[in-house]
Amino acid sequence: MGIKVLFFGSVTDITQVGELSWDYCADTNILMKGLLGRFPALANKKYFLALNQQIIHENCQLKQGDTVAIMPPYSGG
Amino acid sequence: MADYNRYIRQMILPGFGVDAQQKLAEAKVLIVGMGGLGCPILQYLAGAGVGTIGIMDADRVSLSNLHRQVLFDESDIGQLKVSVAAKKIKKLNSGIQVMQYPFQLNKENALYIIKEFDCVLDATDNFGAKYLINDVCVLLNKTWIYGAVSEYEGQVAVMNNIQIPDSVHYRHLFPKQPLRNEFASCEETGVIGVLPGIIGTMQAAEAIKWITRLGKMQNSRLLNYHFLSGSWYEIGLTHNPEAPVIDESFFYQTNYDMECINEEEELDDIDIAEIDVKQLLEVLKQPGHFVLDVRELHEYPTVDFVHARIPMSVLKESLDQLPNQPVYIICHQGIRSVYAAQYIKLHKGVETYSVKGGLTAYFNTVNNE
Repeated sequence: MGIKVLFFGSVTDITQVGELSWDYCADTNILMKGLLGRFPALANKKYFLALNQQIIHENCQLKQGDTVAIMPPYSGG
Repeated sequence: MADYNRYIRQMILPGFGVDAQQKLAEAKVLIVGMGGLGCPILQYLAGAGVGTIGIMDADRVSLSNLHRQVLFDESDIGQLKVSVAAKKIKKLNSGIQVMQYPFQLNKENALYIIKEFDCVLDATDNFGAKYLINDVCVLLNKTWIYGAVSEYEGQVAVMNNIQIPDSVHYRHLFPKQPLRNEFASCEETGVIGVLPGIIGTMQAAEAIKWITRLGKMQNSRLLNYHFLSGSWYEIGLTHNPEAPVIDESFFYQTNYDMECINEEEELDDIDIAEIDVKQLLEVLKQPGHFVLDVRELHEYPTVDFVHARIPMSVLKESLDQLPNQPVYIICHQGIRSVYAAQYIKLHKGVETYSVKGGLTAYFNTVNNE
């Protein structure tokens, strides 16, 4: 099953996709390290992470089938 | 209630009645921004009978507003948005009071204006205003309803909801204001008209629920809408331990106009020569010139005179793709290209030029010749 990763807003300018499947990894820090390796420009972006539709503020353990969302701030009106 | 017949169709709803209508009539809300989000917010709140509505915007109506700001029409071009909006809304509902603020919200006026209202609707298009609204609402213990769009997506959330204990506010999502150049505004990135219509209407819905205390609110959750997939995604929000304590001294020390550049202020000191389209056309005749397009890859149309296309979002990792020679930089409107020119000049050490007005100006000139 792995991890489902969702990208929102201007983050998709970097990833060019809104969603991808990622091999299972133990926690969100490891996941982000992998994603930064694949999308180096993410390092310059501001965003928060949500695990299974709940915002997280620290490293969190992951289990098979979890969904992680990467949400940047929006400012347009 | 004098206007019973006007509101009868909402008053007969289960749980609504005279009581909810009376709460709407007594409510005072401020809408900051009278653009794509502000127009539908104003129209629906006025229709519903919100008794006092403040509307704030310094801008005038322009032709490129009309595809999304459908309260305005062609005869309004050039007029102040708040005065046009107030005039039209009076025709929709003469029984409510509309207060006009034809200027921008700033640190000097925000406290005493927001103090007069129960709730603020954020219909702004920049981070400085959103952080200012957030901090002032936290200081004054006011609820605000956040709305924003980003290309094909939009989102809404109720912030600092005083009807629930320990409500989150915007700094729990993003404790620090983003750099000015990290994100483009709608002016540059484009927006499909119906999207702020949907998000603004959602904000109006949340405001009506907040005022009448009906139903479940977007309490501590962010609702994200994707136009292309037609889907909503909800994220529950919690307190962020890194969020600053917002008190008076924090407020007075924060520079909402300038904060966004504090990490990049050295860039601001770099003077960039801007060239107009006529000068660009001369450059294109010279051999050996190098033109860089910094628009994102999905932005159209492509143009054949550029030598490289390095989107703004990946520029910092891509400097080695640039030659050691003067670079002429172009984007959609000529805003991002100035920042790209500053960044490349500072970090690559080559002369850079930004094309004033960007491809919009280029096509205007070329098509008129």
